[in-house]
Amino acid sequence: MAFISSGYNPAKPMENRITDIGPRKYDEFYPPVIAKNKGKWLYHEILEPGVLVHVSETGDEVYTVRVGGCRFMSVTHIREMCEIADKHCNGYLRFTTRNNIEYMVDTKDKAMALKKDLDSRKFAGGSYKFPVGGTGAGITNIIHTQGWIHCHTPATDASGPVKAAMDVLFDDFKNMRLPAHLRVSLACCLNMCGAVHCSDIAILGYHRKPPLLDHEYLDKMCEIPLAIAACPTAAIKPSKVEFKGEKLNSVAVKNERCMFCGNCYTMCPSMPLADKEGDGIVIMVGGKVSNRISDPKFSKVAVAFIPNEPPRWPKTTDCIKKIVETYAKDANKYERLGEWAERIGWERFFEKCELEFTHHLIDDFRDSAYYTWRQTTNFKF
Amino acid sequence: MAKHKTPLLDQLESGPWPSFVSDLKQEAEARAKNENNIEYQIPADVCDDLLGVLELSFKHGKTHWKHGGIVGVFGYGGGVIGRYCDQPEAFPGVAHFHTMRVNQPAGKFYKTDYLKKICDLWELRGSGLTNMHGSTGDIILLGTTTPQLEEVFYELTHNFNQDLGGSGSNLRTPADCIGQARCEYACYDTQAICHTFTQEYQDELHRPAFPYKFKFKFDGCPNCCVASIARSDMSFIGTWRDEIRIDQAAVKAYVGGELMPNAGAHAGRDWGAFDINKEVVDLCPTSCMRYEGGKLEINNKECTRCMHCINVMPRALRIGNDRGLSILVGAKAPILDGAQMGSLLVPFIKVEEPYDEIKEVIENIWDWWMEEGKNRERLGELIRRQGFQKLLEVTNIKPVPQHVQAPRTNPYIFWKEDEVEGGFTRDIEEFRKDHKR
Repeated sequence: MAFISSGYNPAKPMENRITDIGPRKYDEFYPPVIAKNKGKWLYHEILEPGVLVHVSETGDEVYTVRVGGCRFMSVTHIREMCEIADKHCNGYLRFTTRNNIEYMVDTKDKAMALKKDLDSRKFAGGSYKFPVGGTGAGITNIIHTQGWIHCHTPATDASGPVKAAMDVLFDDFKNMRLPAHLRVSLACCLNMCGAVHCSDIAILGYHRKPPLLDHEYLDKMCEIPLAIAACPTAAIKPSKVEFKGEKLNSVAVKNERCMFCGNCYTMCPSMPLADKEGDGIVIMVGGKVSNRISDPKFSKVAVAFIPNEPPRWPKTTDCIKKIVETYAKDANKYERLGEWAERIGWERFFEKCELEFTHHLIDDFRDSAYYTWRQTTNFKF
Repeated sequence: MAKHKTPLLDQLESGPWPSFVSDLKQEAEARAKNENNIEYQIPADVCDDLLGVLELSFKHGKTHWKHGGIVGVFGYGGGVIGRYCDQPEAFPGVAHFHTMRVNQPAGKFYKTDYLKKICDLWELRGSGLTNMHGSTGDIILLGTTTPQLEEVFYELTHNFNQDLGGSGSNLRTPADCIGQARCEYACYDTQAICHTFTQEYQDELHRPAFPYKFKFKFDGCPNCCVASIARSDMSFIGTWRDEIRIDQAAVKAYVGGELMPNAGAHAGRDWGAFDINKEVVDLCPTSCMRYEGGKLEINNKECTRCMHCINVMPRALRIGNDRGLSILVGAKAPILDGAQMGSLLVPFIKVEEPYDEIKEVIENIWDWWMEEGKNRERLGELIRRQGFQKLLEVTNIKPVPQHVQAPRTNPYIFWKEDEVEGGFTRDIEEFRKDHKR
C-alpha cells in the first residue's frame, strides 16, 4: 500500500494546524421538521412497538421508527443505514443514548413503509440488521462496553454476552408487556465505562484472582508508589524480591485484602488479573436513574458469580430471563424492578426468582455496608 | 475464504438480534474484495485478524489486548486510546489497533453525507470498524496505526470541521438527551448548553489538567434519559418551579379511555381500564393530587416533580412554564470507593445564554478540585473527603434544607472559631480561678 498524505507535514506539525474547534453544531443536522418545531412539542404516542409520533403545537407531526443497533458497527453497515435514511428520510437519522438508531419521517404511511423495509433486511447469518422496537414498557438495547474486542482490563466479553442476552430477550424488545421499562446494561469490568450501577439488570464482568506479579519487569514498567497508592484496600506494599540472583524492587500483595478491582493493573501493566477460571459475571438488579415515583437507585448484587461461558453465556442469560419473567408476572403496573423488589422485600425477591442467597451478597465494604443490614424486626419468613 | 476459522464466534450469527460477528465478517469480506480499489492505509486484513484474536479470547476466556500505550496527536493529551495486541505475530493486522474518539454532535442527529464521509475516511485510514457510540457519547473509530493518527486528525479538522473528544484526566466529551428537539418534557435546550460548554471548555477537554476524568451530562427533565444523575461529575437536570399545566378535558379523555395512558407504553398487555386514582393519584410520592368531580387538582407547592403523572398523561399534563435546571454533583461508578449518585448542589437556576451563572458554579468547583483533589480522585470522592460544607463554601452557595435528605444524626459539628462567641483563645489561669486543680 502506498502512503497517502492528508496534507499533514510531520516535519512541521504546526503548519496549518487546526485545533480546539469542537464538534459539529447540532442544528446543522436537524431534519427540517425538528428545526421548525424544536421546543414546541405538545405530546407523543407510541403507535406500536418501535414507532412513535410526536405532535407539535404547529400541527406538525414527526414519526420516529426506532431500530436496535449493535454499538459495534462497520462502515458497510453504517452505509446501509445511510442508504435507508436517503431513501426514506431525506438523508437524516439519529442515534439514542442506548445505541439505537432513529429514523424520522412526516407521515404514518412513510413510517410503515420504512418499517417494512427495515424488517426485510437480514445479515447473511440470519439475524435482523435493523430490528424495530425498544419502546415503552419493554426492554430496549443493552448498553455495553468494549470487552474482548478492544479492552485491556475486561473480565468478560461485551458484544458476545449482549448478543446472547438480546436474543433471549428479543420478544420483550418487540413488545411492551412489562410493568415498566426495564434497562439492561453490561460493563466488562468494575471500571464500568457504562452506567451499569443504576440498571434494572446489570451484567458486570468481575475478576476473582489477585494480580499476578511480573517481578522481572515491574519496576521497569511501573511507578511502584503509584501502584501502591492505587489500591483502595491498601493490599499492596513495596517489597524486594530475588530474581535470577538479582535483588529487584517490586511489590507484594496481601491476597486476603484484595477485592479484585484491577485498579493496580490500570496503573501498572505488570500486575495482570485476567484468568479463565477466576473471571466471570456478577448480576446486579434493581437500579434506576429516573426520579419517577421513587428516588434513583443503585443496582444490588443478586448473583455473586457466574462463569464465563462463551460463545453464548447460557447460565447468565437463563438467570436474566428468570428474573425478567418473575418481575413481569409479579410486579404492579408502573413498578420498576427495584421498586418491586423493595415492596415485596428482598427475602421474597430471592425466593420468587429462585436465587440462592450467599454471604457474598452481604455488604462488607466500608461504612455504607451497615446501612444495608436490617435494623428492624420487620422482615418476612 | 475467511483467514481464520472462528467456530465459537460463528455461533453468534444465529438468533434475531443483529449479529456483530456477521457485521465484522461482512467488513472483512469487503476489504478482501476491495471492489473500489481503495489504497488501504492500514492492513487490509485488519477485520480478519480482529475476528481471529476475538475467537482466541473466546477460547482462552481472556482478553488479548495489551495495556494502553502513549500515543496521540500533537498538542492534545486525549482523544486517542493506544491499543496493541499481545499476539502480534499471529494477528499482524491488529498489532496496532488504536482508538480515536470523535466528538459527536449534541443530540446525536446526523446527515448521511457527513456519516458517509466519516465511513470513507475510516475505511481508508482505519479498520472500518466503529462504535456508534461509545458510553460517554463520542463516535468511536476503532483500530488504526500510529502513523495514521495525525492524518485522521488533519482530515477531521480540515475537511470535516470536526474535533476529537476527551479521554484521560480531561473534561470528557459532554453528552445530552434529545431535549427540546423532540421531547415535550425538556425543561431547557440541552443541545444548546451541551454544545456551548463543549466549545467553551475545549482546552479542558483536550489537555489533561485535572486530577482525574470529569463528566458533564445534560438531562432535559427528571426522567434522566442520559443517566446524568448516576454517571456525571456535574449533572444538569431540567426542572420547573411553578405549576404543572393541566388540560382538564384531556384528563377526562384519559379517564374515559379515549386516550391511552403512558402514551401507549403499556399496550402489550391488557391491564384493564385506566384508573386515574390507582395509577396516578395514589402513586404520587407526595400525595399532592386528588381527582374529584371529574377534575384533577395538584397542590403544586408540595409536588417534587417526579414526572410520573406527566409520563402517564402527557396530553393532559405538561411541565411548568418557569423552567430551569438543578445541578447535582459527584456521581460516579464504583471505582474506587463505591458508586455515588449525584448530590443536589443548586436546586434551581435559570438556563439563559451565555450561562454565566452556571459557568461560575463549574469554575469554582474546578478551582477547588484542581487545588485539593488527589491523583485519580473524582469530584464525588473529594466532596466526601472534605465534606459537603466545603463544597458549599467554595461555590458560595447558601445551605438550604433541599441539600439533605435529613439533617445529621450526630452532633459532631466542626464549629469554626468565628462562629463561637469569644473565639477559641482562652486563659487557663482565668479558668483555674473558679476551678481548682
